[in-house]
Amino acid sequence: MSAQPIIQPRIVEVRHNILKRNDELAHDLRRRFQEAGVFVVSLVSSPGSGKTAFLEKTLTLLKQRQYRPAALVGDLATDNDAARLARSQAPVKQITTGTLCHLEAAMIDKALEDWRLDELDFLFIENVGNLVCPSSYDLGEDLRLVLLSVTEGEDKPLKYPTIFNSSDVAVVTKLDLADAVEFDWNAANANIQAVRPGMPVLRVSSKTGEGMDEWLATLPYRAATKRSG
Amino acid sequence: MHELSIAMGILEITEEESERRGGVHVDAIHLRLGPLSGVAKEALLSAWQLASEQTEFESSRLVIEEVPIAVFCSRCQAERPVQSVQHMCCAECDTPSMEVLHGRELLVSALELAE
Repeated sequence: MSAQPIIQPRIVEVRHNILKRNDELAHDLRRRFQEAGVFVVSLVSSPGSGKTAFLEKTLTLLKQRQYRPAALVGDLATDNDAARLARSQAPVKQITTGTLCHLEAAMIDKALEDWRLDELDFLFIENVGNLVCPSSYDLGEDLRLVLLSVTEGEDKPLKYPTIFNSSDVAVVTKLDLADAVEFDWNAANANIQAVRPGMPVLRVSSKTGEGMDEWLATLPYRAATKRSG
Repeated sequence: MHELSIAMGILEITEEESERRGGVHVDAIHLRLGPLSGVAKEALLSAWQLASEQTEFESSRLVIEEVPIAVFCSRCQAERPVQSVQHMCCAECDTPSMEVLHGRELLVSALELAE
């Protein structure tokens, strides 16, 4: 009985993070932000959930409080959001992504080329409106906010668990419309906690300003914790 | 649909690894993919066809191993699976956990080389 030679494919073990290039660049950005003492917040949400209104209010209030905020805003095609944000008098730069559905670290790096980071206290990065693609890409941010408007329904976190899971804080927006749409706060919060246990949740209305003080109060604290850490 | 960018990344890694070994043909590329990676398996398979078309890796298969989510459960003091991606609680004792140990993987783990 002679054994048949078995042809086995040669398998080589490797270990490459597919997003390695993005992750390395994000790591480098994070180090530069740390050195410049700027605290970086990114915002993700579906289109129309109020990222730009929330950010405009945030920039305006931070300016009033003598901080130095700035924003980068990702948009597929228009500069409408950047124009709205510029009303806050904070430096704003548009990143036009064309057909790309998310921001990547390289785009942040390029957009920051002619900005002096050490002249900023806070940098906000508004991602493209999309609850799927941005979750995979580290942008070097210190804090990732995921926004959910009351008009979108309470089950958004269950439908898009990955983006909620990759974010640090959930912000429920358009609180002024909550009664009109019979928004069930307990159900929404339960869904958020199911996909990311312990996630802090803020409730705001960019229109009336409700909840904005609470949000802004956490920023200097978080920034100071980062600088000391 | 960011799976095309991901597929281009896989192509780049495969090219580098093949070149390092004298341009050997790659029969298959093994990936480890977690549900929290933000990448959908079916979309990635389609994107791979597009990305590899008319390259030397057009015939290379993608073999995707899906890595289940595992967390550290503070009550069990052990690594445990979760109930589901929508219910990030220990599958044994239902304690919520955010300490994700597995499930974010997005890796090229092995290559099958032609002899």
